[in-house]
Amino acid sequence: MSATSADINIINHDAHAHEHHDTGGDTVFGFWLYLMTDCLLFASFFATYAVLYMNTAGGVSGKDIFELDFVAVETAALLLSSITFGFAMISAHAQKKAATLTWLAITFAFGAVFIGMEIYEFHHLIAHGNGPQRSAFLTSFFSLVGLHGMHVTAGLIWMATMMFEVSRRGLNPATVTRLSCLSLFWHFLDVVWICVFTVVYLMGVM
Amino acid sequence: MSLFGKLSLDAIPFHEPILMVTMAVVVIAGALIAALVTKYKKWGVLWHDWITSIDHKRLGVMYIILALIMLFRGFSDAIMMRAQLALATGGATGYLPPEHYDQIFTAHGVIMIIFMAMPFMIGLMNIVLPLQIGARDVAFPFLNNLSFWLTAGGAILINISLFCGEFAKTGWVAYPPLSEMSFSPGVGVDYYIWALQISGIGTLLTAVNFLVTVFKMRAPGMRLMQMPIFTWTCTWANILIAASFPILTAVLTMLTLDRYLDFHFFTNEAGGNAMMYINLFWAWGHPEVYILILPAFGIFSEIISTFTGKRLFGYKSMVYASGAISILGFIVWLHHFFTMGSSANVNAFFGVMTMVIAVPTGVKLFNWLFTIYRGRLRITVPVLWTLGFMVTFTIGGMTGVLLAIPGADYVLHNSLFLIAHFHNTIIGGAVFGYLAGFAFWFPKAMGFKLHEGWGKASFWCWLIGFFVAFMPLYVLGFLGMTRRLNHTNNPDWNIWLYIAFVGAVIIMFGILFQVVQLIVSFKNREALKDTTGDPWNGHTLEWSTSSPPQYYNFATIPHVHDIDTWTDMKEKGQAYQQQASYAPIHMPKNTSAGVMMSACFTTFCFAMIWHIWWLAIVGVIAGITVFFKRCYTSDVDYYVQPEEILEIESAHNKSATTFNQGKEFSA
Amino acid sequence: MSHSESHVLNELHTQSHSDASHGSVKDYLIGFVLSIILTAIPFWAVMSGTLSKPTTFACVVVMAIVQIWVHLKYFLHLNFTTEDGKASSLSFIFSALIIVMVVGLSVWIIYESNAMMMY
Repeated sequence: MSATSADINIINHDAHAHEHHDTGGDTVFGFWLYLMTDCLLFASFFATYAVLYMNTAGGVSGKDIFELDFVAVETAALLLSSITFGFAMISAHAQKKAATLTWLAITFAFGAVFIGMEIYEFHHLIAHGNGPQRSAFLTSFFSLVGLHGMHVTAGLIWMATMMFEVSRRGLNPATVTRLSCLSLFWHFLDVVWICVFTVVYLMGVM
Repeated sequence: MSLFGKLSLDAIPFHEPILMVTMAVVVIAGALIAALVTKYKKWGVLWHDWITSIDHKRLGVMYIILALIMLFRGFSDAIMMRAQLALATGGATGYLPPEHYDQIFTAHGVIMIIFMAMPFMIGLMNIVLPLQIGARDVAFPFLNNLSFWLTAGGAILINISLFCGEFAKTGWVAYPPLSEMSFSPGVGVDYYIWALQISGIGTLLTAVNFLVTVFKMRAPGMRLMQMPIFTWTCTWANILIAASFPILTAVLTMLTLDRYLDFHFFTNEAGGNAMMYINLFWAWGHPEVYILILPAFGIFSEIISTFTGKRLFGYKSMVYASGAISILGFIVWLHHFFTMGSSANVNAFFGVMTMVIAVPTGVKLFNWLFTIYRGRLRITVPVLWTLGFMVTFTIGGMTGVLLAIPGADYVLHNSLFLIAHFHNTIIGGAVFGYLAGFAFWFPKAMGFKLHEGWGKASFWCWLIGFFVAFMPLYVLGFLGMTRRLNHTNNPDWNIWLYIAFVGAVIIMFGILFQVVQLIVSFKNREALKDTTGDPWNGHTLEWSTSSPPQYYNFATIPHVHDIDTWTDMKEKGQAYQQQASYAPIHMPKNTSAGVMMSACFTTFCFAMIWHIWWLAIVGVIAGITVFFKRCYTSDVDYYVQPEEILEIESAHNKSATTFNQGKEFSA
Repeated sequence: MSHSESHVLNELHTQSHSDASHGSVKDYLIGFVLSIILTAIPFWAVMSGTLSKPTTFACVVVMAIVQIWVHLKYFLHLNFTTEDGKASSLSFIFSALIIVMVVGLSVWIIYESNAMMMY
C-alpha cells in the first residue's frame, strides 16, 4: 500500500496549491481576459467610426477640426504616464512604498493632463456648434474618443484609490495584485490610444 | 420635470383586462409564496443559504429556477400568439390589439433567448463544470453570485414592464430607425435596452469567470485535452461570450445614446446608418446561437457515452469541431440580412461560409451515431431527449442550409419558413439539450432522481407538439405568410394556423407534465433517492461526489489520468476510498454584496427607463459603494475542519459502498 | 506541512512567479524610446506632408502595428516563455483575430451596400 499513500501525499500537496481561490495569478489572468472583452467593445466603436466618418451631414469633417500638434501633446502625456506607471510597478515589486506612491502620483498627473486636454477639446468643439448631435461623424468621433476618455477617467479614480490603499496598508500581496491589474488596464488604454490617434486623427487629416 | 420623471399612475395598464388579471395572479402567487416561507420560518434559510450563496451548485440551481419561471412566461406569450393567429383569420381581429400583440412577440423572443435559454445553459454549467474538472468552486465565487443577480435584475425589469408602462413593440431585434425616439417614444425600447444591458454584463462576467476556472483550476494531471466534453463545449461557448457580448454592449450603448442624448448613430437624419445597428447586432447575435447550442452538444455527448456505457467516439474531433464552429461562427452573421442588399460578393461570401459551418456540426452527428453503434443504449429520459434532438436538429440544420442560399433567402426572408427554421434548431437543439441535461444531472444537484414515466410523457408531448406546431409554419412560409402579422385574411392559410395552435397546446401539456414530474418526484424523493452519487454509472468526476455534492465538492482533489476519470478510478478500485485524515479546506464565505449591488444597478436601470435622474445617480453611487466595501472586506474566507470533512466523507462512502455491494449481491 | 507554512509557500510561489512577468527598468526604457520614435514618425509624415498620400497611409498603419507590438512586449509583458504568458498571449491573438474579422467584414459589408445605394 505504500504506492497509494505516496499518491495521497501528492494529492494533498496539489490540493494545497489549489485551494486558494483568489490567488494573485488567477486574478491578473481574469483581469486580462476582461481587457480582451474590452478590446471587442472598442473594436465595435472603431468599426462604427469607420462606417460613419464620411457622413458629415454638411457639417465639419475631421480635416476641419483636428489639430495634430494638440493631439501630439496628449499622446506624449499618455506615453509618459505609461513609463512612470512601469516604474511604479517596479518599485511596488521591490516593496518600496514611498517610491511607488511618488511614481503613482506622477502617473496620475500625466493622466490628468491628458483628460484635461481632452475635455478642453470636446468643450471647444461643442461651443462652436460641433457637438455629437450635429452629424453622424461627430457622433461616432465623440463616442469613440469619449469611450477611451471615460476609461482613462475610471483608471484615474482607481489610481487614486490605490494610492490611498498603498499609503494606508502598504504593499501586501493583495495590493500588489490590484496594482498589477491597474497596470494592465493603464498600458492597455495606451494601446487603444495608438489606434485612436492613428485611425481618427492621423488618417482624419490626411 | 417632475420628481418621478415620466412615471405616473397612467403607466399602470388599468384598461387592459388581460394584464390586470395576470398582475392579480402574480400578486396572489407572490403573497402565497411569502406566506409559506413565513409559515415554515424559511426566510433565514432563503437569505443565508441561497440568495447570498456563492456556492456554484446553488447558483446553478437558482439559474435554472429563473430559467423555468421565464420558460413559463415566454411560453404563455407563445400560446397567446398562436391563439390570436388561429382566431384572427378571415377578417376577424382576434382578442389581442396590435400594440399589445407587438409587445408579446418582442417579449417572447427576448425572454426565451436571454432569460430562458441563457440562464438554463449557465445554470447547468455552474452546477457541473467545476465538478467535472475537480475544482472546489469557480475562480471568482463572489463574481459568480453577482453575475446571477445581474441576470435576475434584467429578468425583473422585463417583468416589471408588463405592469408598469410597456415593452418594446419592435421585435426582439429592436431595429432602428423603428426603435429610435422618433418612432418609439415610449419606455418600451428603454426597458428592452436596460434589461439586455444589465443581464449581458452578468453573462460576460460569467464567461470570464469560467474561462479562468477552466484554465487555472483543473485537477492535477488533467490536461486540456482530457477535459470532459461538456466542459470543453462550455469553454468554447464562454470564449464566444467573451468575444461577442461586448459587441452587444456596444451596440446597445449606441442606441441608448441615440435615444437619450440625440446622437446620430442609426437615425434617418444627419448621416446616421441604421444598417450598422443590424450589422453589429448580428455580429453578436449569430455567435449567440452557437453559445446556446454548443453546451447542448456537450450534454448530448455526455449522455450518449454514459448510457451506451462506451467512451465517446471521436473525442478530439468533437473538440476541434466545436472550435471550428466557434471561429466560423464569427464570419457568417450577414446571412441574417442578405436582403439588406449588399453586393453579390458579400452575399456569396457569407452564404458559402454559412454552408461551411454545417460541416463540423455534421461531424458531431456522426460521432454520436458511432458512439451508439454496437453500444447498449439504455432508453432513459435523457436519452430520449437526445434521440429526439438528433432527428429534429438535423431537419432544422437542413432548412438552415436552404436559407443560406442568398437567392432562396430573398424569397423566404422574414417569412414563417424562417420562424420554423430557427425554432427547429433552438427548440430541437438547445432546449431539448438543456432538458436532457436537466434530467441527467437533476439527481446530482438535488439528491433524488426524476420520475421516469412523467418525464417520458413530457418528452413525447414536446416532440410531437413541436412537429405539429412548427411543420405547418414551413408550409405557411412557402405560401407567403410573413412573420409578426397580427391578423390574416387568406383562406389558404387558415388550416395550417389551426394545426400550429394544436401543436402549441400539445407542447403546453409537455410543460405541464414536467411540472407534474417535479411534484411527483419530490413527493417520492425517498424512493427515488440517489444514495451512491453515481446513479447512471457515469464517466466523469461529478459522479464521484455525493448527491447533492458536499459543499466543498472534493475532500481531496483527485489525480486525473484519463478523459473518463471516474470510470478510470472505478476500474482501478480508487473510488470511494476512505482516508484516515483530511487536510483543512479553504472556502469562501457567503456575501450579500452581489445581491445588493445588483439591486442598486437594477434601480439605476429602472430610473433611467423612466428618466428619474436623481434616482439613477443614487443607484449608481450606492452600487459602487457596495462594491468598494466588498473590495476592502478582509473577512471573506474560512477553513473547513478535518473532523467535519471526515464525518461527511465517511457517510458518503459508506452509503455508496453499501449500495454497490447490495447491487453485486442481487446480481 | 502545517497550514500557515503552506500559505507562506503559496505566497512565495506567487511572487517568484510574477517576477518573471513584470519587466525591468531596461525593458521599460527600451519600450519607451521605441514608442517615442514610432509615434514621432507617423505624426511627422502626416504633418509635414512630404510623402505621397499612399506612402503616408502605409507608414501610419505600419508604425501603429509595430508600436502596438512594442507596447505588448515591453509594457504588457506578453511572452511565450511562461505558462501564464502563453495563455495571455494566445487570448490576445484570438481577440485580435476576432477584431480583424468583425471590423474588417463590417466595413466591407457597409461600404459595399453604400456602393449599391450609389452613396
